[in-house]
Amino acid sequence: MAKFEYSYYPGCSSQTGASSSNLMRSVDTMCEELDLKLNPIPDWNCCSASIGYGSGNVLPRLSLSARNIALSEQHNPNQDIVATCAACWLSTRETAERLHQDENMFKDVNTALAEARLTLTNKTPIRHMAEVLIEDVGYESLARGVKKPLQGIRIAGYVGCQTNRPFGIAGESFENPLYLDKLVESLGGDSVPTYEKKVQCCGGALAFSEPEKSQAMIHGIIEAAYDNGADMIVTPCPLCQTNVEIYQDVINAKFGSKFEMPVVYYSQLISVAYGRNSKDAALDGQLIRAKKLESFAG
Amino acid sequence: MSLNNAMLEKYRNNFLQEVAGNVEQGDWVKMCMQCGVCAGSCPLGDAWEHSPQKIFMMIRANRREQVLSSDSMWMCTSCYHCVVRCPRGLPIPHIMHGLASYAKRLGLAPKSNPTLWFAEVFWNNMLKKGRVNELKLGLSLYFKDGFASGIKQAMAHQKLGINMLKAKRMAPMDMFAGHAIKDIFGLHKMIRKAQEIEAAKLEANSK
Repeated sequence: MAKFEYSYYPGCSSQTGASSSNLMRSVDTMCEELDLKLNPIPDWNCCSASIGYGSGNVLPRLSLSARNIALSEQHNPNQDIVATCAACWLSTRETAERLHQDENMFKDVNTALAEARLTLTNKTPIRHMAEVLIEDVGYESLARGVKKPLQGIRIAGYVGCQTNRPFGIAGESFENPLYLDKLVESLGGDSVPTYEKKVQCCGGALAFSEPEKSQAMIHGIIEAAYDNGADMIVTPCPLCQTNVEIYQDVINAKFGSKFEMPVVYYSQLISVAYGRNSKDAALDGQLIRAKKLESFAG
Repeated sequence: MSLNNAMLEKYRNNFLQEVAGNVEQGDWVKMCMQCGVCAGSCPLGDAWEHSPQKIFMMIRANRREQVLSSDSMWMCTSCYHCVVRCPRGLPIPHIMHGLASYAKRLGLAPKSNPTLWFAEVFWNNMLKKGRVNELKLGLSLYFKDGFASGIKQAMAHQKLGINMLKAKRMAPMDMFAGHAIKDIFGLHKMIRKAQEIEAAKLEANSK
């Protein structure tokens, strides 16, 4: 039996052929190594992310996340829901909390859920994979399993927004969270605690609707990583990863920069440090190859 | 009578009350003490005309039309900087989202705002199969301003598309199939019900 078991909400962007399929693949590898069992919520739906408000208003939006929690309660009872996507985690947890605070809304959501033959009791803790790593696995235990310490790689921890605010990770500050740095150190890599853009917004969904404004912010995020001598950026968020990695050509053309900064997930770092190869760590899913990490992965 | 006129009629010169009664988390607006931390914390602070601080003051000053037609709320990236810094604990992003969607519902939101447009495309895309179809979402963005401009956009981003395909982070077959949930019928019924309940409450509030 696995050490820990969770009800897993992977989210749209983590599916096969989607923009963060490399997150899903490396999370699977990481969980194999850490003996964590993820039971996907059967028939989970999109949470509508942070842009859902525009057409979704309140009740339809909350119903979307409520459906996922209700399905989890039905099929994976007594298991904490764990999300790997920042927006999935935020929407689901926000829904759970809002429905705890607002009895009428809770009643209305259940009326809507009844149309899909579902009931919500709303007793399930909603957690992020980073919380699982820090609180259930722990840095020390994580460090013990390292087979290939990531010696000599300087990795800037880009926490971003929604993994960090408004809920964040217990014991961490909103302004200067250190858990990615601690994670990097646990894996034998060099953290960059002075990386000043670690909680800067990348634009989120506005990278699509307001690309110029977002790309200016992304430029700053990458520039600061270079200024701090980083070899690569690590992030827990699929949209942060995508936004910061894939527009570097466009940004270079616009700003006259020569950026070629790899942006990887924590799950890829752990997979490599635990001795897995590039494919298992989904390093073939990078648009900008993380060559230093690949040299460890073999 | 349109919903907008009914609300105008009902609340007369008390926009603060209208917001408190009809906008998501709107009753928090009266808690704002005008310190300006939200304005200084917003990553898109340079991009919008009215900071949350200004919006809150304008609500109190009955600048109803100016608030609801502002594009400022649509600039919220949901980064939550303001919410963790606000000394009074106002759920500012939710109020911004609430004002934006209320304005849209009343027909007062700025029609050409790209985020309003994208939010609608995203919602419809996601709801169709219960999960986002990223390929179609991306193509709608390229073809936003018509066919010719879409082809130009797609050509300009050709390299990015090919790279995403190679990395298996984009799937051409999603044009025809794509990920879907099984109980799409139940999901649609649930959303319709939620929309009905919400619309009925707003309607009742306007009387």
